[in-house]
Amino acid sequence: MRGPISQLMLWLALSFLTLFPIYWLFVISVTPAVELFSTPSILIDTAIWTNYREIFHDETLRRYMLNSVIISTGNACLVTVLAFFACYALSRFDLGGKENIFFWTITNRMAPAAVFLLPLFLLFTKVFAIGDWKLYDTHVGMILLYCTFNLPFAIWTLRPTIDGIPKELDEAATVDGASTWTVIRHVVFPLAAPGLAVTLILTWVFAWNEFLLAATLTSFNARTITTGLSEYVTTTGTEWGKMASIAIITLIPALVIFSVVQRHIVAGLTFGAVKE
Amino acid sequence: MRSNRTGWLMLAPTLAILGTFGILPFIYVVYVAFHRWNPFGASPDMVYNGAKNFRRLVFDAEFLTAIAYTLKFAVFAVGSEVILGYFLAQLLMKNFPGKAFFRTIHTLPLIVAPIVVGSVWRLMTTPSIGIIPHYLNEFFGYDMNMGRDAGTAFLMTVIMDIWHWTPLVTLTLLAALLALPRDPFEQAEIDGANRRQIFWHITLPMIKPAILATVFIRLMDALRTVDEVWMLTGGGPGDATRYVGLHIWKVVFPKTDYGYGSAISIIVLYLTLVMCWILYVALVAPRPKKEVL
Repeated sequence: MRGPISQLMLWLALSFLTLFPIYWLFVISVTPAVELFSTPSILIDTAIWTNYREIFHDETLRRYMLNSVIISTGNACLVTVLAFFACYALSRFDLGGKENIFFWTITNRMAPAAVFLLPLFLLFTKVFAIGDWKLYDTHVGMILLYCTFNLPFAIWTLRPTIDGIPKELDEAATVDGASTWTVIRHVVFPLAAPGLAVTLILTWVFAWNEFLLAATLTSFNARTITTGLSEYVTTTGTEWGKMASIAIITLIPALVIFSVVQRHIVAGLTFGAVKE
Repeated sequence: MRSNRTGWLMLAPTLAILGTFGILPFIYVVYVAFHRWNPFGASPDMVYNGAKNFRRLVFDAEFLTAIAYTLKFAVFAVGSEVILGYFLAQLLMKNFPGKAFFRTIHTLPLIVAPIVVGSVWRLMTTPSIGIIPHYLNEFFGYDMNMGRDAGTAFLMTVIMDIWHWTPLVTLTLLAALLALPRDPFEQAEIDGANRRQIFWHITLPMIKPAILATVFIRLMDALRTVDEVWMLTGGGPGDATRYVGLHIWKVVFPKTDYGYGSAISIIVLYLTLVMCWILYVALVAPRPKKEVL
């Protein structure tokens, strides 16, 4: 199991398992609805592209897609920056009760969502409403709201990374006369980069896939693609083909973002940096 | 130590956002939990009824079985994900051709929305039209029927969860492994430690905080799973996969019993919190001392 060839074989096998349900999603998206309920076959007999053609001409869906990109990118960036500073503060400052604060943040992610929809709805339509403007159905509203589940996640995954960066590095820089800001920017930030990249990707994913909150708190202007997609899954029957083809298309922006950000998931430069 | 004011300033936005969107709704839910309230029922007014909702809950067999099933689901799913995810992360630490490509492929399941994941797995597993029962029958003569067999349904929810969320574990653990200093490993190798010793005495203690953070996140997400399982099994057959998130959903939406639903949510939140707190105190609170290089 050591050689690069056997590694490659192993990864090919794993990729097959990983990709199969996605391949199946694609099969569903190009299979005519009638054939979907006959005996399954692993290969595609006749592909039809009508689902995709309809989606490309659907302006509402294009809008939902754009909303999703804006909201998840905005939220992931905001969350990663806030969590980075929060973790730095928790790790490097001697704040009273900081371990309790740290634990408290995660409790925001624990609640089962169903009953929280109502108070959030009231918050978005009644409390945060100035004149005609409401937080309901706005990009800003969703970006801020998604922090409730993404910030705790980001803080909890970044904290070990920041804690793992030797304090000696900060101290050495401070002794050399660097300000806190300079230390953060030139010492901590580069070393935390792999962790930050992973956090950015995963928070983006959580925001992108969020469904319940978006379904309740948006109507059109900020409606996301996940919610739009679920409109094809109804009690009277699911339009499997439509749903599957939208799902396949939503993979594209995600893939683009992944490949850009993933480049930063490489070993940092901690090694040897603290050796005297 | 530098001035703590800077530290609080860095924390302030986080606290403000979580306070507004986390604590305010929570207070509201606690308030509702002490009332009898069914806005679409026969008497739509909110009536204070003390702890009755909570008393009802203790004797609610459906709720208690839901809790038991959820725990079983969470333990099996999260346990497998962490072990599998750790091995994959270790594999990704090595160099081999096409590493970036495989890493991207491996993260793909994460970007499929839960509701879609549930739908696809349902189409793959439905008897007579699904690909999995079809080939199991053709090659092994095994008759897989999720609608009848509670065990299979449970197993499928676990497998689906593993498929969907292992990449998250892999990525977070990969980030943690990449951030480890290399010196202790080199030193251990020079001292003649074997791979198992290195794992138990160096790697594990050093990435324990990261593993724990990942377990927490996955655990609490598994405990409140709704969309995926809802699409895959609808909570059936019977109530075999009616996990607590689904249970609350059924109380709040078809029955619109908000008072009782809020009470359940508070209790579930409380149980999750206690469980995580115990884990946290047992495993992290005595912080492992960093090895001085």
